[in-house]
Amino acid sequence: MLKAVILIGGPLKGTRFRPLSLDIPKPLFPVAGLPVIQHHIEACAAIKELKEILIIGFYPVTQLQQFVNDMQLQYNVTIKYLQEFTALGTAGGLYHFRDQIRSGSPEAFFVLNGDVCADFPLRELYKAHKERSDGLLTVMTTEATRLQSLNFGCMVVDKGTQEITHYVEKPSSYVSTLINCGIYVFSLKIFNIIGEAFNTKQDEFYKNGSNNVNRDTGYLQLEQDILTPLAGSGKMFALQTRNWWSQLKTASSAIYANRHYLELYKERHPERLATEKKSEKCSITPDVHIDNTAVIHPTAVIGPNVSVGTGVRIGAGVRIRESIILDAAIIEDRSLILHSIIGRNSHIGKWARVEGTPSDPDPNKPFAKMENPRLFNNDGRLNPSITILGCSVSVPSETILLNSIVLPNKELSRSIKNEIIL
Amino acid sequence: MSDQSGMRALILVGGYGTRLRPLTLSRPKPLVEFANKPILLHQVEALVKVGVTEVILAVSYRAEQMEQELADEAKKLGVKMVFSHETEPLGTAGPIALAGEHLRKSDKPFFVLNSDIICDFPFKKLIEFHKSHGKEGTIVVTKVEEPSKYGVVVYNEQKCIESFVEKPQEFISNKINAGLYVLNPSVIDRIELKPTSIEKEVFPNMATDNQLFAFELEGFWMDVGQPKDFLIGMCLYLKHLRSADPEKLYRGPGVIGNVLVDPTAKIGKSCQIGPNVTIGPGVVIEDGVCIKRTTILRDATIRSNTWLESCIIGWRCTVGQWVRMEGITVLGEDVIVKDETYINGGQVLPHKNIGDSVRTPQIIM
Repeated sequence: MLKAVILIGGPLKGTRFRPLSLDIPKPLFPVAGLPVIQHHIEACAAIKELKEILIIGFYPVTQLQQFVNDMQLQYNVTIKYLQEFTALGTAGGLYHFRDQIRSGSPEAFFVLNGDVCADFPLRELYKAHKERSDGLLTVMTTEATRLQSLNFGCMVVDKGTQEITHYVEKPSSYVSTLINCGIYVFSLKIFNIIGEAFNTKQDEFYKNGSNNVNRDTGYLQLEQDILTPLAGSGKMFALQTRNWWSQLKTASSAIYANRHYLELYKERHPERLATEKKSEKCSITPDVHIDNTAVIHPTAVIGPNVSVGTGVRIGAGVRIRESIILDAAIIEDRSLILHSIIGRNSHIGKWARVEGTPSDPDPNKPFAKMENPRLFNNDGRLNPSITILGCSVSVPSETILLNSIVLPNKELSRSIKNEIIL
Repeated sequence: MSDQSGMRALILVGGYGTRLRPLTLSRPKPLVEFANKPILLHQVEALVKVGVTEVILAVSYRAEQMEQELADEAKKLGVKMVFSHETEPLGTAGPIALAGEHLRKSDKPFFVLNSDIICDFPFKKLIEFHKSHGKEGTIVVTKVEEPSKYGVVVYNEQKCIESFVEKPQEFISNKINAGLYVLNPSVIDRIELKPTSIEKEVFPNMATDNQLFAFELEGFWMDVGQPKDFLIGMCLYLKHLRSADPEKLYRGPGVIGNVLVDPTAKIGKSCQIGPNVTIGPGVVIEDGVCIKRTTILRDATIRSNTWLESCIIGWRCTVGQWVRMEGITVLGEDVIVKDETYINGGQVLPHKNIGDSVRTPQIIM
């Protein structure tokens, strides 16, 4: 029997995902028509031996309960949301709920960070883990560019044994281009290691006092507090994947992840993709996901890489490309949406142009990852990014919105270029 | 024969029309269509109406193309067109001396016009006024809101001009020289055949001699020599048409305000055209297009769902689907703008293919 843990953090996390995370928890933001962590759940549920999924975070239960109920019904697997009383860190949360994880004595459990998107190779990961009886954990890794590797957990791996001999989280100088994907398999014995780290921290706290008053004494980070000390001990191994993988930090990365999840549907869930024959709703340039409840004029042209949510209304002659249209948005006739996210209940007038600038990985560099540029450049100007409308934003007819971010519940009255509208 | 017949007019066409580039890279400025008619013909037609029988065009380049194209029009209108070639730029007065032999053929006063001027040419009243004061010259003056940008004309209650003041810092007058004159042949003697400015070197002397009067223009006036003013002038002209000749304006579904459409143009369904739009012959506007404050020249195509404001679209251009163009964008002849691009204040030279958005005003070579 196997279990899985999805670590989703809490409302104080995911700030770079604003304004999209202002009205919906980031783990529930729909990418390719499904909440971000439903993709995780789907990958877990595809493994027969996996009997339970535990979602750990510190969002209020009320924000997650409906989703958890829906998922249980849909995937026929036990799913529980375990709310931390405060931010406990990635390892602290696991340790706090160790009894829940251990109950029923699973042979191993997966741990997936909620803010990654990937074609999760969970079965291969488990197989690799099982082959090493001495291993406490196996880390999924992928190749990054030399420069970008500094933004991730970097590790040195023995080419023969695949043992991780060295691990540094976000090093300041180059260590390795092999990076941590935030996807792991653990044996239950890992709790001995986490327990030791926990006890050491507690001892320190009661002897010397905490050096960070804002954090709970049980705060433990998986990367710094567990992986780094464990490197070179012969208990931690790597499995490198060539599958698509990305972090989901900024709103721009949602557009990028949307495109890749849609592409994965082609093989695994073609029924989720709109085709011209099937929909007869409008012209489609694949890949496109359109919710069945969306009403789309036959003269609209949609795609590639577009997701359209429930209850969306799209008018005559509308063109949408590389964008996510969230639930109940209305796009009036003749408008154009490019590289943008349109929030729930937003309203776009006629002949409007909503356009952003993508910050996709450099296609000319092998293993390049999504860049997550800062909001502002060194001159204090807004870096060009995708255009994001928070929920219930209204855009007047015939205006242009370029590289801008509009916070929720705003009624715009003019064209906006390279601005944040509070 | 009325006493005004046999009159002559000199139109100062001049140089390359660089201010109206990129349009003037393909056609001499007087032949660029303003409200579906070459700028020059607006003037010539008005002159013919008051009995002008000979129009002298003072040109310094590309006379051949103009001569060919204007020959037909001249025939239709029954007017003689004479080209007076400058071998060097002679300013605004020199061409009068150069064309002296033509202008002296009769002792009647003659008209002088700057070629970029659009107004409701009141030549009949003008000539009557000129005769009534009996002096050597009459300048048409027009009222402007911000006289400090121009040279203003100062005159007394009898309309006798006293002086000219360049860019006055303190308000003296809000009347400026409108670029239309009536002069007696005697004025030719005041001008030497060399580069000379009529405004700076001829008129001040005439004013000193009390030989110059001001005729106040009623209604609209615009120097349409550059794109921004071309569009302002179009708005004024269409507004004038609304009151003077509303039958010429286009009516149809989705039309807002004053719109002029050539009968050979085709307009698709669900479009919103206007206010202030001119659509030339052979133009095709596909479905769902929105156009405001724009001139579209002959044989251009605007594909579906596109939005245009404050643009001049050159001859035979193709503007793709879901394009947005604004901010005094001027497309030269035969420019192709690809689908979904955004052009803000672009000046695009002829025969270009535009595939990337132009988000800030610039010239596209």
